Amino acid sequence: MRLLRLIPDDTSVPFMKFRPFTFGLSALISIVTIVGFLTIGLNVGIDFRGGTLVELQTKQGDANIAELRTRLQGANVGDVQLQEFGGPNLVMLRYGEQPGGEPGQQAALRRVRALIDADFEVRRTEVVGPTVSAELVQMSVVGVILSILAVLIYLWFRFEWQFAVGAMIATLHDVMAIIAFFVFTQADFDITSIAAVLTIIGYSLNDTVVVYDRIREMMRKHKKLPVADLLDIAINSTLSRTTITATTTFLALLGLFFFGGEVIQGFTASMLVGVIVGTYSSIFIASPILIYLGLREGGFGAARSEPGEDGDGAAGKAKV
Amino acid sequence: MLSFTRWKATLILMAVFATMLLAAPNIMPQSWVDKLPRALRTHMTLGLDLQGGVHLMLQVDSDEVRRTMLENLRDDVRRVLRDSRLQVQNLGFQGNAVVVRLREGQNNELALTELRKLPQLIGGAFSTSGQYDFEVSRQGDSFVVSATDAGIRDKISRAVTQSIEVVRRRIDQLGTTEPVLQRQGIDRILLQVPGERDPQRLKTIIGQTAKLEFRMVDQSVTPEQALAGRPPADSVILYEEVKEGNRVVQQVPYVIQRRVIVSGEELVDAQAAFNAQQAEWVVNFRFNSSGGRKFAQATTENVNRPFAIILDNKVVSAPVIREPILGGSGQISGRFTAESSANLALLLRAGALPAPLTVVEERTVGASLGQDSITSGTQAAIIGSVFVLIYIFATYGLFGLFANLAVIVNVVMMFGLLSLIGATLTLPGIAGIVLTVGMAVDSNVLIFERIREEVRSGRSVIASIDGGFTKAMGTIIDANITQLITCIILFYLGTGPVKGFALTLGLGIITTMFTAITFTRYLVIVWLRVFKPARIPM
Repeated sequence: MRLLRLIPDDTSVPFMKFRPFTFGLSALISIVTIVGFLTIGLNVGIDFRGGTLVELQTKQGDANIAELRTRLQGANVGDVQLQEFGGPNLVMLRYGEQPGGEPGQQAALRRVRALIDADFEVRRTEVVGPTVSAELVQMSVVGVILSILAVLIYLWFRFEWQFAVGAMIATLHDVMAIIAFFVFTQADFDITSIAAVLTIIGYSLNDTVVVYDRIREMMRKHKKLPVADLLDIAINSTLSRTTITATTTFLALLGLFFFGGEVIQGFTASMLVGVIVGTYSSIFIASPILIYLGLREGGFGAARSEPGEDGDGAAGKAKV
Repeated sequence: MLSFTRWKATLILMAVFATMLLAAPNIMPQSWVDKLPRALRTHMTLGLDLQGGVHLMLQVDSDEVRRTMLENLRDDVRRVLRDSRLQVQNLGFQGNAVVVRLREGQNNELALTELRKLPQLIGGAFSTSGQYDFEVSRQGDSFVVSATDAGIRDKISRAVTQSIEVVRRRIDQLGTTEPVLQRQGIDRILLQVPGERDPQRLKTIIGQTAKLEFRMVDQSVTPEQALAGRPPADSVILYEEVKEGNRVVQQVPYVIQRRVIVSGEELVDAQAAFNAQQAEWVVNFRFNSSGGRKFAQATTENVNRPFAIILDNKVVSAPVIREPILGGSGQISGRFTAESSANLALLLRAGALPAPLTVVEERTVGASLGQDSITSGTQAAIIGSVFVLIYIFATYGLFGLFANLAVIVNVVMMFGLLSLIGATLTLPGIAGIVLTVGMAVDSNVLIFERIREEVRSGRSVIASIDGGFTKAMGTIIDANITQLITCIILFYLGTGPVKGFALTLGLGIITTMFTAITFTRYLVIVWLRVFKPARIPM
């Protein structure tokens, strides 16, 4: 049987040569993201903004959104967003936080339901009051920062500080790219988006660590080689694994994206983007940045011996 | 080295088999599950987003708890001083403290001694903190009895515990399936009612404090006089709300004595009924013996005078006592509908909340959406997994089959562990499982790619495989631990569905490390022993 091979064996792509270009590209993306974030902004969901979301299904026939919009003016809840959601008889209804604290939200929901209950079945309701939404924002920011820091510390212990910093920069880059996705698609940015961001941080770090592991190994094997060549060798020798893993993850997510239903479509879409970005960043950001961080000054591997089972000559030589 | 001792192999297979057993009840018909011993009936619970239901985050009004605490403290201070026959000049609140000043010439030393008896150890005789709920100090001529932070916290915490009990009793009366009631943080309660379709009904019965009091109407002044000036010191003005539908159309004032004759705590039963004579809905109630005695005494002394039935500081009705009520039971009327009388009876049976509850977060999923989510989630999971399995087989051939078998074992183990801890499966949780399938292959890919490199550098079959496994090990561990760290953080910070996602993903990482390091290795070794291959087919 002939096996599928996306990446030929023994590639020697000069990845480091691309670095002025890729760094430029990533810098551009980051700038565009920041500008977009400040001008267009995220389409922040009710989790972070407070507000109410109701998913409706008509009891009969298709939904008439224009008519529903006029009808809902009577509810006096301010600007109501209405959109079809996964079918002509399904409608997603959203409005922002109402005055009057927590009881105010409940009163508004009662007014809305009084207007729609006759013709629609309520499939889902979410009401997030002002206290909870403020907490969710705080929790999300803390979560993202904590996980980056925790991993930074772990990598610092396991590798050298340059790797920790490199991985962190690559991770920030990925977070930036995902935010760009949310800014430019205007997909709902809610609590599951944070889960997606954290998952992608995890995935991207996983990818980066695999490449880093190989770089460390190569540094011990080839002590004289210039850092750029060494990084190229490491990336090339892990390239097959990188693409295969990215492909399997992508395929699994694709299944979820197309068949998982409307509720998690935004979640999987952002992760699909994240897999691509995460893979890109471990090759084109996390690795080349090591050159600028002064890897090898002071002689890596001389100071400490590797606790793993690096097997053959490589580790042995490093200890000399 | 490339060998497995027999016991190690047995252990691996036993672990796999055990998780299969744990996962099995999830797919068995209920009649089979019922025949299993209790310990083996492990299964996952479907999250509210999958089975439909209501999720409410309730917050105990801690300001109200604090206020009640201080009011009780003031009453205690007054009582203590009166019992010692000390005369009070003035008595009032200041922040979280009660400040009292005695008249000239009173025994201040005695007052201090008596007031110092008020503070109690938090947690009673078994207190571990050694902290008191109040502090007494003397400032010039005044005494300050202040609630400590620990005391207030303790009070709020007890209010939450008590609220959970009351809410549970109220929900149980609805006869719905097992509700989940959990304390969250300092002053919150999480309430999840699977299968409940109508959040409004739930909110109606938990949104009411249901503090019932029987108090006398003060007839020394008319409500008009009281409104114009001030009500007598022992009385307050309370209103009766006249409603049309849900709208309050009129508020009728009453002057009501502060003293409570009997409160709702002394009720033993309450039932809604239709009073045919008056043609209206009423609530029949019965007091316990001490409540019955108090009520009998009060009604005997006050024949032909009105008393008021007060619910949450609103007058429900104020009937005139025609004759002493001695039987310990009575009837509340007051423009009820069938539904509102039934609700009131339920609330009275379940008891009053120590403080009002507000809904700070509400998430409801209808059963139809839940079913849709199960269908699409399962479908997506199967399709995504099949994509991955086909791709891996196409890439690695025979070794791909090994990897695929490992992935399947991996998923079964995940289900087994999730069932063992009785985890809740949510839609993002299913996404976590699918994502694990995608990423679980990674460990195997790392190993296989290493083996291929070894082969290309001209090593023998056995040396290549051995080298592949050993060299990939460090990478697998490093790569997975970084990911596990983000999962743990997500789990601790996340709520509801996000927690479910973090849990499945995290467990998936652990099972992945296990299957890649042990199970795949075992398969490869068995293959080596049985077929003694001359080359590696990949």
